[in-house]
Amino acid sequence: MTKKEEFEIEISSDSKAAIQRLAIVPKKTPVKYEQEKPEENLVMTFPNLIIREIICFQIVVIVLSIISLFFNAPLEELANPQNTPNPAKAPWYFLGLQELLHTFPPVVAGVLMPLLVVIALIIIPYFDINIKRAGLWNKNPEKTLLVFSSVVFVFLIIMFLFDAFSILVPTLLIYILAVSPYLIKKRNAFINNIASLSLAGWIMTWFVSVTVILIIIGTYFRGPGWSWVWPW
Amino acid sequence: MKILNWLAQTKIWQSIFRTKLPISTNLDKSLVIFNSLTLHIHPVKVRLRAIKFSYTFYLGMISFFLFVLLIVTGILLMLYYQPAIPHAYNNMKDLEFVVSNGSYLRNMHRWSAHLMVITVFLHMLRVFYKGAYKPPREFNWIIGIVLLIITLLLSYTGYLLPYDQLSYWAVTVGTNIVQYIPIAGEKIRFLLLGGNEIGEYTLVRFYVLHCVILPLFMVLLIALHFWRIRKDGGLS
Ligand code: HEM
Repeated sequence: MTKKEEFEIEISSDSKAAIQRLAIVPKKTPVKYEQEKPEENLVMTFPNLIIREIICFQIVVIVLSIISLFFNAPLEELANPQNTPNPAKAPWYFLGLQELLHTFPPVVAGVLMPLLVVIALIIIPYFDINIKRAGLWNKNPEKTLLVFSSVVFVFLIIMFLFDAFSILVPTLLIYILAVSPYLIKKRNAFINNIASLSLAGWIMTWFVSVTVILIIIGTYFRGPGWSWVWPW
Repeated sequence: MKILNWLAQTKIWQSIFRTKLPISTNLDKSLVIFNSLTLHIHPVKVRLRAIKFSYTFYLGMISFFLFVLLIVTGILLMLYYQPAIPHAYNNMKDLEFVVSNGSYLRNMHRWSAHLMVITVFLHMLRVFYKGAYKPPREFNWIIGIVLLIITLLLSYTGYLLPYDQLSYWAVTVGTNIVQYIPIAGEKIRFLLLGGNEIGEYTLVRFYVLHCVILPLFMVLLIALHFWRIRKDGGLS
């Protein structure tokens, strides 16, 4: 083995002069930790951050006060179990879920899907493939296109069988957006931007788009018996 | 200014605030953070990049401030609220027509709650698209997901409390979903409602969840969330 003094670490209280770092790189694992930049710009928390927090808080209070002075919180008549409004709607953030309930069997829409969403969100950081988040088309574009398209196609068929057009259409749009860097060879800033989005990035983008669209549909486009109505 | 300066020199002032005025050197500036119970959740120095608006859009900060606002307005609202039928509904009318600034109080609470759902969700998106969930911050992401769920639950349990048509039927729709949970669904729904349908006990249960249990979890988890930010090496 090596002699003792070869292990000696440089010791100093000045972290800029003597940077000490221990890195353990297990076999086969990519190095996931970003290299720290010692020359990174540091500023004093007081006053730089504190002043921003104070101003931020003041703006929050002022904006909310203005909203509260001009818009009243809704209040209808006293709850009456005998008088069911048509349609009865959940709060807006659950309208996507309610929309699903009218499309899929209740166990799927009400239990399975929310559970899957929560699990998917929790898994994201542990989803180790692609941790550097390379763009979807960086490696092996032909194979990617095949697998990606088949999965989306099967998904679209299932949505079609359930008449879930409110999911089908946004999915199709996101799919077209996702494959466009592969099809369009001419580069511009926009194409470059979406070409750099990873698989996880596309899944998140798709999830957010579908959620927002379902909430908008639930809020403005659903009338008596959950039928389609136009808001105007 | 002169009075302030004189005040800052007095023994009483100095016994309360440890930081000596004026604050000029970097050491003084560090001590402002160091000597303060609330501020010392911050490090003494921060990355310039991390405090830029364009990096976080201050969404986490805004969510937190909205939560503070919700606690303050919520406690004030509790002074005027009885979780009983039909008192709960009448209390809302009282807030509107009798209590000074009652409408303002209720509006603040309501709109902050809606806005908080939005900002927490946007905060999650910002963390995702900036890749700020990557190791060593993966556990803080999970704490965040739980925070998002608690935010939704808080908003939802609060929705019943005015006990008008809107709240009654919105909560009916929501709790009907619960019964589809395999095996235990009916039991869970019964537990949640304190009966087979929404009534007095539902109101009390949602009130306790909304005013005690969920806020308690929220405060604990926010504390954990902030502590983890420090321990994970500050903002990425
Ligand atoms: C009640 C809800 C929440 C509050 C009050 C909150 C508060 C904060 C604050 C103040 C920060 C500092 C940076 C910033 O202002 O953006 C932060 C960072 C962070 N938050 Fe949240 N947060 C909440 C929910 C969430 C959610 C839903 C997630 C993700 C699912 C999340 C994940 C994170 C992560 C990973 C960081 C570290 C970011 C970095 O290092 O750049 N938080 N949070």
